[in-house]
Amino acid sequence: MSALAHDGTAVLGRHLQRIRRAPAILVMTQTMPIVFLLFFGYVFGSALAMPGADYRSFLVPGMLVATAANGIMTGMFQAAQDSHRGVMDRFRTLPMSRAAVPLGQALADLVTSAAGLVPLILVGLAMGWRIEGAALEAVGAFGLLLLFRFAATWVGILLGLASKSEEAAGQLGSATFMLPLLSNAYIPVEGMPGWLRTVAEWNPISAVTTAVRELFGNASVPADAAWPVTHPVAGALLWSLALIALCAPLAVRRYARG
Amino acid sequence: MTTTYAVLSEGLHKRYGEVHALRGLDLAVPEGTVCGVLGPNGAGKTTAVRVLTTLTAPDSGSARVAGCDVVRDPAGVRRRIAVTGQYASVDGELSGAENLRLFAKLLRAPRARAGELLEQFGLAEAADRPARTYSGGMRRRLDLAASLLVPPKVLFLDEPTTGLDPHSRSGIWDAVRGLASQGTTVLLTTQYLEEADQLADDIVLIDEGRAAHRGSPAELKAMIGSYAQVVVADPAHLESAAAVLDQLTGSAPALDAERRTVGAVTTDPTLTLPRVVREIDAAGVPVVDASLRPPTLDEVFLRLTDRKELAV
Repeated sequence: MSALAHDGTAVLGRHLQRIRRAPAILVMTQTMPIVFLLFFGYVFGSALAMPGADYRSFLVPGMLVATAANGIMTGMFQAAQDSHRGVMDRFRTLPMSRAAVPLGQALADLVTSAAGLVPLILVGLAMGWRIEGAALEAVGAFGLLLLFRFAATWVGILLGLASKSEEAAGQLGSATFMLPLLSNAYIPVEGMPGWLRTVAEWNPISAVTTAVRELFGNASVPADAAWPVTHPVAGALLWSLALIALCAPLAVRRYARG
Repeated sequence: MTTTYAVLSEGLHKRYGEVHALRGLDLAVPEGTVCGVLGPNGAGKTTAVRVLTTLTAPDSGSARVAGCDVVRDPAGVRRRIAVTGQYASVDGELSGAENLRLFAKLLRAPRARAGELLEQFGLAEAADRPARTYSGGMRRRLDLAASLLVPPKVLFLDEPTTGLDPHSRSGIWDAVRGLASQGTTVLLTTQYLEEADQLADDIVLIDEGRAAHRGSPAELKAMIGSYAQVVVADPAHLESAAAVLDQLTGSAPALDAERRTVGAVTTDPTLTLPRVVREIDAAGVPVVDASLRPPTLDEVFLRLTDRKELAV
């Protein structure tokens, strides 16, 4: 276990050094959610039945969760890109923990996405969104966001390692931006046709979004919905932990196989 | 005294879909020697290295490297080897120094070792530049340096000089000679007869995934001899020229009507080029051009594997 921590930290260092050398990609992935937030908040928000200011308070937590879900895309792209690099062969022939390479990537992503929360929150505050609940619960909301990001990244790493090429990973990764559209992150699901509403409520993003809205004190939990949405904190935790428990060992195995 | 083998493989098979990359490869590399694995593209050299370095599991057969089984104890193998791949196995976005410090940390080697190696391989000045800005030779040197952070028992070099200019090539050769003189076992693959000749104690020729021939460079050269070739003015004379060449070399000449050439291998060290030209001229065949030279690797393969042409 200490070998894993030591090696994982070394690989984490590698990723942070790479970002320091080429910060443009990071800046872009951090800017996109802000652009989306402004776009959705003021363009769509103005046309929705919900009064504009209310919609923006509803949207900010949703956008935080949708951004966390982007871990699938970044994890996937990074893993696919790395898997074609010669340096992976060196890692595989070193006497190091097999889990360290994917873990190091996931940890580096966690560090950068935690930093990326700051500008997004500031823009949210400027748009009128507020933390309306208790401080401790707000801390819990941030914890959930990071846990869900970590889970999404593991899903991405697994898909990235399994994909045939960088291009394939890039295309599939970009398609994941649709996942939050099929949830309650951007719009309430109550108006959706029955079957679509069921799909949306079982989308992990819906449970996490409902939990974050509740913990920030922005909205109460709906009474009539699928279980993960009516029990959002438990649902969000279960979804995240289940995804990690499923994807992390598979990703490690996929990486070790070469 | 019994020989201890640093690399010992028996009957290695590996198939990638339709491609049967290894078909029963046997290798035996005594400890402290340099073994050159020589073969054309697609002979199975890289697959052999990938299996021996635990990157790829064989379909069947067994291999022990530094006393550890590659399938049952890959971690043991990894603790005792270092690999420099055909494609630079360093991170191009990191600087040379960052690369070596990263691998030093993973290998639990002292951090100062990174600086020493950068100095030793002439990379001190470029140490803080991203490795992707390095020339081909510099990248290979960085790659080799990364393999020496902890002195390995067995060092694998997969085509260490492919694509390098002659100057960079001789730099890598010097480094390999230095390691061998300190007793490191080296297994290197190469497409160049000359490289194997320069570095290896023993050469294994591999072809279609198995060892086709093995011996010292001197044995190999004595066995394959030289290649005599003449270009005649008129293709109609090819047969007559071939008859003379047959008599002189005792081996069956190869004719090429299109290029108007006829050539044959000779293992007779007393046969000279003037004599070849004189005898053919005496048979009434005008000779346009002639040569007597060591055979190319392709010719060696054709001769040692009794095939008409090389599979590409």
